[in-house]
Amino acid sequence: MFRMKDVSKVYRTEMVETHALRDLTLEVREGEFVAVTGPSGSGKTTFLNIAGLLEELTRGEYSLDGVDVKSLDDRARSHLRNEKIGFVFQSFNLIPDLDVYDNVDVPLRYRKLSRADRKKRIEKALERVGLASRVKHFPAELSGGQQQRVAIARAIAGDPKMLLADEPTGNLDSAMAREVMQLLEDLNAQGTVVLLVTHDPEIAARAQRNVHIVDGHATDLDRGPSLVKVPAAVHA
Amino acid sequence: MFGYYFDLALRSLKRNRGLTALMIVAIAFGVGASMTTLTVLHVLSGDPIPGKSDKLFYVQLDPRRANSFKPGEEPADQMTRLDSESLLHAARGDKQAMMTGGRAAIEPDRGGVGRFLPFDVDSRWTSADFFSMFDVPFVAGGPWSAIEDQRATRVVVITQALAQKVFGTAEVVGRPMRVEGTEMRVVGVIGDFRPVPHFYDLNTDDFGLGDQLFAPFSVAMELKLHSNGSMNCWGDGDAIPDQRALGAPCDWIQFWVEADTAAKASTYSDFLVSYSEDQAKAGRFERPPNVRMRDVSEYLDFKKVVPNDVKLQTWIALGFLLVCLVNTVGLLLTKFLRRSGEIGVRRALGASRREIFVQLLVESGTIGLVGGALGLGLAWLGLFAVRHQPTSYADLAHLDLPMLAVTFTLAIVSSLFAGMLPAWRGCQVSPAIQLKSH
Repeated sequence: MFRMKDVSKVYRTEMVETHALRDLTLEVREGEFVAVTGPSGSGKTTFLNIAGLLEELTRGEYSLDGVDVKSLDDRARSHLRNEKIGFVFQSFNLIPDLDVYDNVDVPLRYRKLSRADRKKRIEKALERVGLASRVKHFPAELSGGQQQRVAIARAIAGDPKMLLADEPTGNLDSAMAREVMQLLEDLNAQGTVVLLVTHDPEIAARAQRNVHIVDGHATDLDRGPSLVKVPAAVHA
Repeated sequence: MFGYYFDLALRSLKRNRGLTALMIVAIAFGVGASMTTLTVLHVLSGDPIPGKSDKLFYVQLDPRRANSFKPGEEPADQMTRLDSESLLHAARGDKQAMMTGGRAAIEPDRGGVGRFLPFDVDSRWTSADFFSMFDVPFVAGGPWSAIEDQRATRVVVITQALAQKVFGTAEVVGRPMRVEGTEMRVVGVIGDFRPVPHFYDLNTDDFGLGDQLFAPFSVAMELKLHSNGSMNCWGDGDAIPDQRALGAPCDWIQFWVEADTAAKASTYSDFLVSYSEDQAKAGRFERPPNVRMRDVSEYLDFKKVVPNDVKLQTWIALGFLLVCLVNTVGLLLTKFLRRSGEIGVRRALGASRREIFVQLLVESGTIGLVGGALGLGLAWLGLFAVRHQPTSYADLAHLDLPMLAVTFTLAIVSSLFAGMLPAWRGCQVSPAIQLKSH
């Protein structure tokens, strides 16, 4: 599903060169729920941005669902991102001018689906997160937990293969956080890969697999450091 | 996607009403000022006789004395009566007409005294081909003939408005009409004929209301009817009693020729050179042959018909539009960069840079559309003000359909142009940074 090999990301300015990721190798298979942890500034978000095709890697290889992303131009990357990846952010990132229905519609618009098809998918996604009755509400009229559920509905409306969640419970109280985590687990149970960045050990503990990033290096806490690197046989 | 982008644009414009209003007003003022001056320029510089302007030529010869001759100088501005009549009788063009402006008193006929008081009308003393050369539209009757020109038959062609004023009807063909004390027969009534500019005679009012009465040149000379326009004499021309006499050394007549092909025009030009050489041999012309044939647009350019202040105003207004656009660029840049968060979200959800660029451009175009509508209103007000100026073209300053289209095109193209840089900057927003900080 997802394979990174020796991925490095370097940010350069005139004065400084910052290595955000160093030779990171990681494979995530179909159906996995992976928690990515690490201290602030360790490279977690950079990793998530590269995984989500929001940033380009400096060195290494990355293939998503069999597609080598390094060779893609902006249009193809955007298309791939739209088709394969759903995003859930800590601060929800709903568009305040759009009501719930239109917010969930955003990724579908870029897929150029028919109005009827979009409607079907939006209603299904909102039903899955339990907000079918709130379609006409604007984000400001919803609680934090509800906003995050809308964001999840938006992420899953296009049936992505992978959900990338960056601290999805960071702005929620514990009850709402549990609710959101349950939703992510349900989605994972239905086959969606979930890659979740978190600071919270309790949340991380609910994942099937934990990857810890420190100074741009990744360690698989469940399988041990040696297993994080993809074996040669897997590459072959 | 266009409908979606348009819907998003409307939502976005509603969100920042103050900023939106500022941009719309900036574009509206720029467009309004530009369209006011462009419309005046368009009216004044339009083709007065579309379809024929490249076939009609204003002819100039140079019969003046040799003592003041400077090589390369322009020939005499107008033509002498002798040369005009010679060229008219030679009839070497497809058509030709000689003419001068005039003014004549219209009087009630003897039987109808008291129906109206005598009044003067702008007139034209010309020859038969004038009407067909300049596409004069007849509503009744027709032009007089070349034979009537030669015989100086007392005939006139009048406008429908004059017919209504004198007779109370336009059906007056064949009826007598008293002009400067002489009874003349109406042979034709013409409809609306007001070429803008008044290209066939730029010695009178370039943008005036036009002539109301037309009579044979020969008749005007026999009856010594009054002439309008400029006259330039040389030699003993200033001293002779009748400067309009056949052999007087004075230029005061406009001469036009119609040549339907470039080859015919070239042949006619050769004829003018040969005519000038013959006149030199005969001792009339002292200068080397110096002839000009300018088609309508060349002649209008040569005579600088569009006033320089109108051109200057147009440049100033376009400069003002540019200033408004620069302001709009700044405002759009602020507006789009304030929406970096939303742009980042859209990029993350699958929008390519190109899609964001088009979305933001549609928003700029929407501002232009509204600005254009408001600008149209301002242009209308501007033209209303122009119509109240004491200029001869004041009443012509109206927006026509092409200028209406130009207004919206100018507004939308300007706003798209203004939106290019902000939209480009907007689509370069890094989604990764925005999503974390949003």
